[in-house]
Amino acid sequence: MNLALIILGLVILGSAATALSIRNIVRSVLLLVASWFGIAAFYLWAGAEFAAFAQALVYGGAVSMVVLFAVLLTRRGHLDVPVPPPPPGRLLWAIVAGGAVAGIIAAAAIRTPFESLNNEAPSLPVRKLGALLMGPQAAALLVTGVLLTAALLGAVVIAAGAKDDKEGAP
Amino acid sequence: MSADIPEMDSRLERLPLTLRDLLTAHLPEPWRWIAQSLIAIAVVLAAFGLLFAFLTLIERKILGRIQNRPGPNRVGWGGILQPFADAIKMLTKEDIIPRSADPVLHYLAPVALVSFSLLSLAVIPYGRRLVALDLDSGVLYFFAASASSELAVFMAGWAGRNKYSLLAAMRALAQLISYELPLLLSLVPVVMLAGTLSPSEIVAAQSGWTFGLVPHWYALTPWGFAGFAIFMVASLAEANRSPFDLPEAESELIAGHLTEYSGFKYALFFMAEYFSMCALSGMAVTLFLGGWQSPFAALQFVPSYAWFAIKLLVLLLGFIWIRATLPRLRIDQLMRLAWKFLVPLALINLLTAAFWHLSAGWGTGAQPLRWGIALALVAVPFVLIGRRLSSGLGPRTYRYAAP
Repeated sequence: MNLALIILGLVILGSAATALSIRNIVRSVLLLVASWFGIAAFYLWAGAEFAAFAQALVYGGAVSMVVLFAVLLTRRGHLDVPVPPPPPGRLLWAIVAGGAVAGIIAAAAIRTPFESLNNEAPSLPVRKLGALLMGPQAAALLVTGVLLTAALLGAVVIAAGAKDDKEGAP
Repeated sequence: MSADIPEMDSRLERLPLTLRDLLTAHLPEPWRWIAQSLIAIAVVLAAFGLLFAFLTLIERKILGRIQNRPGPNRVGWGGILQPFADAIKMLTKEDIIPRSADPVLHYLAPVALVSFSLLSLAVIPYGRRLVALDLDSGVLYFFAASASSELAVFMAGWAGRNKYSLLAAMRALAQLISYELPLLLSLVPVVMLAGTLSPSEIVAAQSGWTFGLVPHWYALTPWGFAGFAIFMVASLAEANRSPFDLPEAESELIAGHLTEYSGFKYALFFMAEYFSMCALSGMAVTLFLGGWQSPFAALQFVPSYAWFAIKLLVLLLGFIWIRATLPRLRIDQLMRLAWKFLVPLALINLLTAAFWHLSAGWGTGAQPLRWGIALALVAVPFVLIGRRLSSGLGPRTYRYAAP
C-alpha cells in the first residue's frame, strides 16, 4: 500500500522537477500535465474518487489546454532557441522563495491536528459531498465562484480591448 | 429496479453473466474477482474492436451508396472481409519517424489517444447487469477520460515537426476548449434531475412508460430534447468527426496531425476516433435515450443489452450520415457556433430543466401549460439566437457567367 504511495510521489515530484529543469517548453508543459495526472492518481489512491476525477477533468482536460494554447500563441522563436541557464544569483533567490513557501505549507500541515488520523478513511458518496458543498461549505464555494467570475470578466475585458487595437489590421 | 419486474429477468437476459460464472466457477475467491474483471475488460475490448472493424466497412459502404458508388466490394463476400485486409495492410506498412520529430512524443501520442478513449468505455452500462465499472461518479470519470484525448492530438501534432501538423494541433486545442463547455453544460440538467452522477442510476431514473407506449426517456422531454441535440453536436466536435474534423482536414491540412504518421500508428488514430465516437454515443444513449431500457413495455422480453446495441448503432449510423451530408465548417464558424449559439442555449436549457423540476407537482390539468412553457423556453431562444447569428448572411444570390 505504501509502495504505491512512494511510486506516486516519485512520479509527481520527478515529473514536476524535470518540467522545471528542462529547456524545451512544450515538453515541460506535458511533464507538468503528467504531474497533475499523478496528483489525480494520488487522490484515487486516497479514496477521494470525486476529487480525483475533478482533478483529471479540470487540470488534465482544461488547464493543460489553456497552458499549451498560451505556449503555442507565443512567438515561435522561443521554442527553437535554447534558453541559457539562469545566473546563480537568480537560482539562489528562487530556491529561497520556493523553500519559504514550502516551509510555510509544511509547517501548517504539521501543526494542523488531524482528528481521524488512525481511523478508517471515510468514503463519501457524491450526493453527500454536494450537500456539504451547498450547506456548511457554501461560503467557500461562493467565494470561489465570485473569484472565477471576476477572472472571467477580466479576461473578457482584456479580449474586448485587444480587439479594438487590431481593428485596422488586415 | 430489477426486483420490481422479475419476469423480465429471463435466461437470455442473464446469459452473459451465466457464461462468465461458468468460466470462473472453479477458481478460488480472490482469483475469481480478478478473472471476472479481466473477462469484462476482454469482452469490452473484443466487442468494440470488432465493432470498429465493421464500422469502418459500414461507413465506407454507406458513404459509397450515398455517393452513388458501390463502396468496397472485392474482398470476401461483397467486401465483408475488407477490414481484415486493411488491418494486414496497416500492420505490414513501414513505420516512418521523421528525422526532426520528437521520437518519444511521436510514439506516445497514438498510444495515449487509444488508451484514453478505451478508458471511457468502462463506465457505460451496456445492460441491466452489464457495467464493467459501476462508479458513484461515473459521469465525471467518463468526461475526465475523454477530455484528455485532445491532449494526445496535440502531442501528435507537435511531435511531427510539420507546420500542417502544428496548425492541426492548434485547431484541436481551440476546438476542445470551445466544445467541452456545451458538452458538459448539456448534461448538467440530466445530473440535476436524476440527482446522481452514476450512469446506472441515471438509466434507472428513466425507467417506466406512460400507457406502456411512451418511455420516460429524457430525450422525450423539452429540456432533454434540447440537451440531447446540443450533446450530439458537441460530441461530433469532440470526436473530430465531420463536419467538425478541422484538425485533420484532408483537403486543407493534408490530414493535419496525421501527416507524419504511417503504418500501424496511423491505424491507431482511426481506432481511437471510432472508439471515442462509440463512447460518446454510448454516453448519449445512457444520458438521454434511456440506456438499456426498451422503448415499449411490451418489448421487455428482448434482452436489455440488445436494446443498448440497437440505440448505439442508430446513433453511429447518424454520425456516418452526417459525415456524408454536411460540408466542413471554417474555423471561425466553428468558434461562433460553440460560443454564440451552443453555450447560450445550453445555459438557457439549465433554466428550462429547473422549471421542469419545480413544476413536477402540477396537476393533470396544468400539464399542457407546463409543456407549453417548457417548449417555449427551448424553441424561442433557439429561433432568436439563430436568427441573430445568421442575419446579414442571406438570402444567397447567384451570379452566372454571361452565355
